Amino acid sequence: MTNIDRTVDLDRRGRDWYIDKAVSWLVFVGGASAIVLILGIFAFVTKEGLGFILGPMNFVEFFTNPAWRPTSRPPTYGILALMAGTASVTGLAMLISVPFSLGAAIYIGEFATGKVRETLKVLVELLAAIPSVVWGFIGLSIMNPLIIRVFNVPLGLGILNSGIILGLMAAPIMTTIAEDALKAVPDSYREAAEAMGASRWQVILKVVLPAAKHGLMAAVLLGVGRGFGETMAVLMSSGHSINLPTSPFDSVRALTATIAAELGEAPGGSDHFRALFTIGILLFLVTFAINLTADIVVRGKGKR
Amino acid sequence: MVDAEVKLSVRGLRISYGDHVALDGVDLDVRANEILGIIGPAGSGKTSFLRALNRMDELDTAMTVEGDILFDGRNVRDVRNVYALRRRIGVVFPLPVGLPMTIYDNVAFAPRIRGIRKRAQLDEIVERCLRRAALWEEVKDRLKALGSLLSGGQQQRLTIARALSQDPDLLLLDEFSIAVDPVTTMRIEDVLRGLKDELTIILVTNLVQQARRLADRTAFFLNGELVEVGVTEALFTGPVVDQRTRDYVEGRFG
Amino acid sequence: MFAATALDHRNRRTQRAFKALFGLMTLMLITPVIIILTVLVVKGGPALSMEFLFSAPSNGMTAGGIFPALVGTVWLVAVALLASVPVGVASAIYLAEYAPDNWFTRLINLAIINLAGVPSIVHALFGVGAFVLFAGFGESILAASLTLAVMTLPVVIVATRESLQAVPKAFREACWNMGATRWQTIWKVVLPNSISGILTGVILEVSRTSGETAPIMFTGAALFLPFLPQGVLDQTMALSLHLFVLSTQVPNVPEHLEYGVALVLIGMVLAMNALSIGFRVYLRGRKKW
Repeated sequence: MTNIDRTVDLDRRGRDWYIDKAVSWLVFVGGASAIVLILGIFAFVTKEGLGFILGPMNFVEFFTNPAWRPTSRPPTYGILALMAGTASVTGLAMLISVPFSLGAAIYIGEFATGKVRETLKVLVELLAAIPSVVWGFIGLSIMNPLIIRVFNVPLGLGILNSGIILGLMAAPIMTTIAEDALKAVPDSYREAAEAMGASRWQVILKVVLPAAKHGLMAAVLLGVGRGFGETMAVLMSSGHSINLPTSPFDSVRALTATIAAELGEAPGGSDHFRALFTIGILLFLVTFAINLTADIVVRGKGKR
Repeated sequence: MVDAEVKLSVRGLRISYGDHVALDGVDLDVRANEILGIIGPAGSGKTSFLRALNRMDELDTAMTVEGDILFDGRNVRDVRNVYALRRRIGVVFPLPVGLPMTIYDNVAFAPRIRGIRKRAQLDEIVERCLRRAALWEEVKDRLKALGSLLSGGQQQRLTIARALSQDPDLLLLDEFSIAVDPVTTMRIEDVLRGLKDELTIILVTNLVQQARRLADRTAFFLNGELVEVGVTEALFTGPVVDQRTRDYVEGRFG
Repeated sequence: MFAATALDHRNRRTQRAFKALFGLMTLMLITPVIIILTVLVVKGGPALSMEFLFSAPSNGMTAGGIFPALVGTVWLVAVALLASVPVGVASAIYLAEYAPDNWFTRLINLAIINLAGVPSIVHALFGVGAFVLFAGFGESILAASLTLAVMTLPVVIVATRESLQAVPKAFREACWNMGATRWQTIWKVVLPNSISGILTGVILEVSRTSGETAPIMFTGAALFLPFLPQGVLDQTMALSLHLFVLSTQVPNVPEHLEYGVALVLIGMVLAMNALSIGFRVYLRGRKKW
């Protein structure tokens, strides 16, 4: 079998050749699927929302009117209060979450070693795994009575409750990404600084943090995105009433939660239904912008 | 020797990675059943040369190959089934790569993808190739052990056995002795001498003396240029053709 | 000389203070979770029984068990996996084995990041628009599972890509040089050596999928159904939605029932996660090259 005519062999494309070709196309389609899907999401959400945008929507009223009354006659579609709700809850969540997450990332990445480090990482990962509906349940059943008792307020559902819950939810993703960013700083930087007599925390403050700046910014951005887009937990812990909030105990309503609460009751194709999809377009665009910025920030570091 | 048929003919070969030119203007013939040594300092384009021969540039988007490579008179660019071409060219890397499968499966890999399924035939190929690579005696009792966990020297001989299992007519060796102890190196050199009757060997080496021991003819690459090619002994002791070659083989730089 | 020692002292004290501060912050993140889990176990534990797991809700959902919701969640997760694992693995194979470093690949990566970052309620809207209405699946397991599949696709892609990339390049080159096609190389060498990593990702996806609520609310999960789903075009109850319904929509649900559902749900999710983590640790300890 060593002396079969080999010149023919070099040009014969056997079964394996064709299988290989077919697979390369197949996986290409798989690879492109993410792009198709993200475009599909935008297309379908826009398709339903467009009827509202081009029809009854009044841009100025939509963004400046605090009254969201889709079922009144005549209906008012203003999302100012909803935006205020989302902003206040996300803002408080970040206020809580950013320092703690970065602190935890520094501790896990720079101080903890061996078993402690591994255990902490696993715990953070488990924290990230808790489903949002369970967080919502926790807000409703554990945090609510706790806030009522501690602060002596009539209702424990509101910005404070949601902010804490969202903060805990956004913390793992920020911690993980921030720790990755710290880990990406080469050890030679640390050693060089330590060789010059800098102490550990000086090294972290003056060398590691500046070097990991971009990654840390991306971590915070993605945390904001997580908080901004969270639905069930906010729906259940925020009190879900339309308000331009003035105190952290005020109950608010978020953009995401509004869709979740009302989509089931809005008849398909109605203005209300389409207005909810319009909010969806807004949510899509904002999270897209956040993710894109995070990506550019990380890439910017690569170029330097 | 002089009349021997030309196995491989390279004309005007230029290899570049983006703006960096690794090799340029190479014209070289390799005769059937000879060992051609290629020597030269690191970065002179030796490895790139080997990679171009079996069109590995297609798997490296940064690598561009221009010029003609004729293998048995066929331009390798025009071959419609590149996998069939690669099957006829065995390659041994500087660092041995035992695939993470059993020793048996390592050697049976190439026959299997060629479509050989019969156990007896595979057994025969595995034993023959392992024997030829001087590894059979050491591993015949543990053919089911992982090939990737053998010692460096054993893995390198496993790689050679694997290359032989392709039943190639051209064998490319790229600095095979880097990760191998001197005793094993000598054994592999003996193996190569024995293989010369059946196939053509191109031996890229960083050891000038290894080329002198093994190669019928030797080529000297320097900074992406083929400086000189000729009968090995002439390169070492004959009249000086290019002073750079003589300086290199006598260890004045490198 | 003496001054230097004093400085050293101060530095070391500052360092200890910092370490303690950051350690405390880490602890502050971890403790609430431990407290929450404890509360769930203490309050939900008594509700758990064979009857709770294997009987249907009764008395307007104020009594009985969670069986239809459990079965529904299994349906939803299984169908979602059937859809997302093949696509996700194909996508990861493209990215790890074929994709050149060009704008198109960067676009794919950006799309994956966004797919993971889009709010779950927007995925729900997409599910309603694309699967329920446009494709005509109606509110069904199929529509809900496909929505979940799209949403969790990045989990499979990222985990698979990572485990494919962990297989050394040299193995691929060795195969290519022997005349193996790209697919033969992937099938015979790359996949067998990364399958466990892929499995880890799939388990993680199961965990994610079974906890999601928003994407299934309007695409196929029902508040209450007196029967089990018979096929993918039926609606179904789901554990996650059931928890939402019990705690917000139904009055006078006994506390232990709510906590019981929450405990089962989180137990399922965390068990899957722990399995995935354990698997990873085991893999790290096993050496094949």
